[in-house]
This record gives sequence, C-alpha cells and structure tokens, in this order.
Amino acid sequence: MAYSEKLLDHYENPRNVGSFDKNDPQIATGMVGAPACGDVMKLQLKINDAGVIEDAKFKTYGCGSAIASSSLVTEWVKGKTLDQAGEISNRDIADELALPPVKIHCSILAEDAIKAAIDDYKAK
Amino acid sequence: MNYFELFALPTTFEVNASELKAKYLELQRTIHPDNFANASERERLMAVHKAAQINDAFDTLKSHDKRAEYLLSLAGIELAHETKTLRDPMFLMQQMELRELLEDIPQASDPEQALSDFQQQVEQAITQFKLNFSRQFAENSADTLQQAADDVRKLKFMLKLSKEAEALEEQIYTY
Repeated sequence: MAYSEKLLDHYENPRNVGSFDKNDPQIATGMVGAPACGDVMKLQLKINDAGVIEDAKFKTYGCGSAIASSSLVTEWVKGKTLDQAGEISNRDIADELALPPVKIHCSILAEDAIKAAIDDYKAK
Repeated sequence: MNYFELFALPTTFEVNASELKAKYLELQRTIHPDNFANASERERLMAVHKAAQINDAFDTLKSHDKRAEYLLSLAGIELAHETKTLRDPMFLMQQMELRELLEDIPQASDPEQALSDFQQQVEQAITQFKLNFSRQFAENSADTLQQAADDVRKLKFMLKLSKEAEALEEQIYTY
C-alpha cells in the first residue's frame, strides 16, 4: 500500500509527543481507544484564559496512521478556540493524510480525542 | 442454523474445548470427500460448502473474543466492524500505563520476571472480562447486553496486550 508523504512525515517525525500534568486546571485530557484494533490515544490541550488552545501534546499506541492522525491534530488545534477545534472532522484528517479506507477509523479516533478533551475541559 | 446449533452445543459463552474439538472432528468425518466419491456434482458442491461452514464455525467458537462477538451478533449487537471509539477514561488510562510498562520491560533489571508479572496481570484482567461477559450475557436484558458488549471491547484491548507480550517474550528468549 502506498502511503502519502504527509502521512510518512508525521509518522517518522511525530510532532508534540508527550504529556502535560492532567491535574493542571489549564489542561484538558482526551482519552480514546479503538476496540477493533486496540489502539489507544491520549490528546492533551493547554487552554488559556481566553479559551484558545496554546499548546497540545499526544501519546498514541497504535499503527502509523493513528500516530500520524494524532500528530497532525496537535498541529491543527494550536491557536484555535475550543469551538473551532471541535469542528475538525475525521474527513479533514483523512483527506490531509490521504488515509486508505481501511485506516479511516484512525482519523475517527483522532477526531473523538479532540471531542473527549473538550468534554474533559468543560467538566473541569 | 447458527454455529452452536451446527455443533449441537448450547448457545452460551461457556464451551468445553475438548467437546468442541470432538464435535468438530465428528462433523468433518460426515463430509469427508471419500463419502462423496460416487456422489453427484451438486452433492459434492454442497459438501464443500458445508466443510467451509464447519471450519468457520469451529474458528469462531474456539476463540474467546470471536465467540463472544458472535453471541452478541445473535442478540442483535454487531461489534465486528464497528468504528465507534471507546471513551472510558479509567480503563484507557490503565491501558496507557500497561503499554508504558510493556515498553519498559526490556530495560528492566530482570526482564523475564518483569514480563512474567506483566503477563499475569493481563491474564487476570482477561479472566475477569470473560467472567463479566458470561454473567451479563446470560442475564440477557437490554442493559446487561450493552455491558457485555463493553466487556468484549475491553477484552480485545487486553488480548492485544497479551499478544504483544508474547511477541516480546520471543524477543527476550531469542537473545
């Protein structure tokens, strides 16, 4: 299967890998998992008082497409408000990385990670 | 006829492995090509079709997670191709930790012991999810079936960890 250059770039040089302190009130943590493949994704957003995402980090255990999807998302959400970040869809992610159809669930995982993080922030 | 009926077994999660194997061999004998030496083309085709069905059934019934998924599909819950994500933070946090643990095992002072402890922990979780599934599926209410489906989803994460631990075991013992 031929993977796109963007996908390979994010997979080989993942951006923003790591963790923030999940107990910090500025930090939103989204945890999601895909039962079909056993992939686990943690996305953390650092949100300032104006409700803008200043920084993002991720940790993903899964295939290359799952890692690339979460890496891409950490770049995309920076500078966005929570509402804007919530509009990122799996379709956008899949298109940008040219994910093959069998890997669409990886982009769904990344979209749901953003939504889970936003829910976590609202719950705080 | 569902797979359990094909094997003349009760439609439950508990399956006796040796009984299953015995029934499989018995069924296979009935469709052995020797029995169809003088049969018509149509009968031969039907036997081939039956053989494939018996193999599929055996494959599904002998594996814990496939059998559980199959039972749920009989109850109208399809897990096989779902793309819905799991959002149980406690469980996923534990998954993250287990994966970090597994990642660090090769650097442990005693990797073999660390791996054996890890595998024991994962096996315990697998046993627990199987017990939960069996109980909740047997209760057969709308609520408990959904809980049973969640048990299978979580069981699959644990089975994946178990497989990765096995792969690591091979690596460690090859050196």
